[in-house]
Amino acid sequence: MTAQEVRLCGLLLQEHFGNVVEKVGTHLIRSGVLTLRALAHETKLPLDLVKKSLCVLVQHGMCTFGAGRRGPAGPVEYRINCEHIFHMLRYPRYIYTAKSLYGDTGELIVEEILQRGQMTMSSTVKTVADRLTHNMPEGQSMDYTGSSSSGAVDTPLPVATQPTEPESNPDCYKLPYINLTGQGKRRRSSEGGEAEQRAAKKARTDNSECGDDGIYWQVNFQRFHLHFRDQAIISAVSCKLDQTSSEIVRTMLRMSEVTTPAHAAFTQALSANEIFRALQSSYNIARPNLDQYLSLLVDDPMEFVGKTGDSGGGMYVVNLHRALANLARATLESVVQERFGSRSARIFRLLLRKRHLEQKQVEDFAMIPAKEAKDMLYTLLSENLVQLQEIPKTPDYAPSRTFYLYTVNQLPTARLLLQHCYKTVCNLIERRLYETKENKRLLEKSQRIEAILASLQATGAEAAQLTEVEEMITVPERQQLESLRHHINKLDSSENQVDETIFLLESYINSTKTSR
Amino acid sequence: MAGSRGRGRSQFTFSVDALGFGRGDSLPTSAQTPSPLFPPMQFRPVPLHAGEEVDYMLALKQELRASSKNLPFHIKAARTKTDVARYSDKYQNGEPKNNCIEWSPDWSRMPKELCIKVRKPRKTVIGAKPQLTRKPKVAAGKEEVLQKLETLEKREEEQHSEEEEDEEKKKQNDEEEEPDADEDYDEEEIEDETDYIMSYFDNGEDFGADSDDNMDEAVY
Repeated sequence: MTAQEVRLCGLLLQEHFGNVVEKVGTHLIRSGVLTLRALAHETKLPLDLVKKSLCVLVQHGMCTFGAGRRGPAGPVEYRINCEHIFHMLRYPRYIYTAKSLYGDTGELIVEEILQRGQMTMSSTVKTVADRLTHNMPEGQSMDYTGSSSSGAVDTPLPVATQPTEPESNPDCYKLPYINLTGQGKRRRSSEGGEAEQRAAKKARTDNSECGDDGIYWQVNFQRFHLHFRDQAIISAVSCKLDQTSSEIVRTMLRMSEVTTPAHAAFTQALSANEIFRALQSSYNIARPNLDQYLSLLVDDPMEFVGKTGDSGGGMYVVNLHRALANLARATLESVVQERFGSRSARIFRLLLRKRHLEQKQVEDFAMIPAKEAKDMLYTLLSENLVQLQEIPKTPDYAPSRTFYLYTVNQLPTARLLLQHCYKTVCNLIERRLYETKENKRLLEKSQRIEAILASLQATGAEAAQLTEVEEMITVPERQQLESLRHHINKLDSSENQVDETIFLLESYINSTKTSR
Repeated sequence: MAGSRGRGRSQFTFSVDALGFGRGDSLPTSAQTPSPLFPPMQFRPVPLHAGEEVDYMLALKQELRASSKNLPFHIKAARTKTDVARYSDKYQNGEPKNNCIEWSPDWSRMPKELCIKVRKPRKTVIGAKPQLTRKPKVAAGKEEVLQKLETLEKREEEQHSEEEEDEEKKKQNDEEEEPDADEDYDEEEIEDETDYIMSYFDNGEDFGADSDDNMDEAVY
């Protein structure tokens, strides 16, 4: 774990779970694997607090435990899963995606499970139904069809089970038989995918016995990530080519959703006939046009789509790993362009394509005067975006007899940029905490006044009283509050946006790992 | 090879001008301060994305952050006791205790050593507790005194302590009777399931008895 990753994990844990869990978590990350006693001793926290923190971390899937080095007879050892902690940064994106795919119910389900780590189906249904009926007027019972939740499960998307003993529970993947008792009447629900539960507003579900104890559901982050990757590819195609090509690529990706394993480099080969049949009729793409679009996609230098055969009108695949590599390269180029200017970006792109160039060659190919080119190259070199490769003519690396070539390696540069992104998010979080702390007094005052206003309005006070209370916050204070809110919003959305870059770079780096 | 070494001695593979300084010049002075904390930026950063999606995700993020503070997963260390017990401590029972857990995980999925017994607050029975605490204290005090004093005084105090124990037993009996009385009282109330205390209820049996003497008054 790099220093920046540890720092980011610490800040995220502190934000969601408090200082105690942060202390325990960072110590465990730094030390690798530890037993409970060792952890308590080294962090100098009371044992009960350490136990509670570990319970929280295990519940959320961020900490795994197993038999230690001394075998099953020895003490249990704990290990932190840092990837999982970074996912916390992306929770809003998951929830928003669930909302766009499955509506409000899906959104609430995902939100509940994300906040609690893992839940049984019955408790999720209960909580979500309560939240949905909470916003509805009194006296109206909710026809909560579990079909939307079953839809979320059947399409192989966000929610996956984690049963305790998968071998002995073969039908744990079916929706469990839920028997909710509400208001004295028995409401039965059928088994399987057509579960329809009526949750009345005050459903007394305290004495419900659901047959799904021990079957816990978690959010399937990998499936979400695949969806984000597909979205990124489709938007890249629509930016580079046009809307119709992006729709074709979307169709291809949708068809190969279930058949392609998670880390595959290519999707399954699809024939042009299949693609034509699967295309939605609203696009109105005729068969010869489809062939033209496909050949355009194949010829594009971005290489999103490749042709692997000629049967069935042509067999086409989407090159996932290559698409990710291209997206990462575009990110790197754009970073250089925004930091150092378009001419430095030109040099960077040149070096990416031509691999190794001498200084003179760089000046010639980039068509930039020597002095400026030298300046830009040295700036990029000092930022470590460009490396020097020495090729000696003689065994002693005498400078007069060595070629010095500039080069850019995409993978190490991507890793470097990813670390910069982590550092950025850390800085953003710390700045937000600092801003909040600076204006704590003002924020507390405004909260108190809001509470007073709310209670006054509830008891039906006059407008004069309300304005009098509102005037307790002076105008400069109001301006200060407004600017504080503006700053915090900006910092928060910056975090979200940096997280998108983090996702792209992480996916690229992971794709290179598995292809070896 | 030997001959050409002299001729190619001062020829580099790159042109020396490209380096920025000539032969024999001193190297450019090196900076001896750390790089600035906020270096001036050459170009302004690109503005953030805007739009409905972005606003929705921003709102989600802030909501999640606020609500996670209220969940039982947010662990705050119990406040260490300051030197002076304050009056407000009695009213601030919201502080979590270290040795209980506010939510119930599935213990079958966690290692056994993490299990924290949830201690339910014991209901205090009236009278029993002070007795229990008082008795050992009294006994301890008695032991100390016995050890210190001589035998003659010891006898007197033995008699004294016996008397005290008798008193305590009587008190205990009294207080045990009180809960019994309370229980009887409660049973009466619970039997009829009304809000009215039975002994206050006048069921009208005595109503007509007093008015037999004065037949002149009209009955309304």
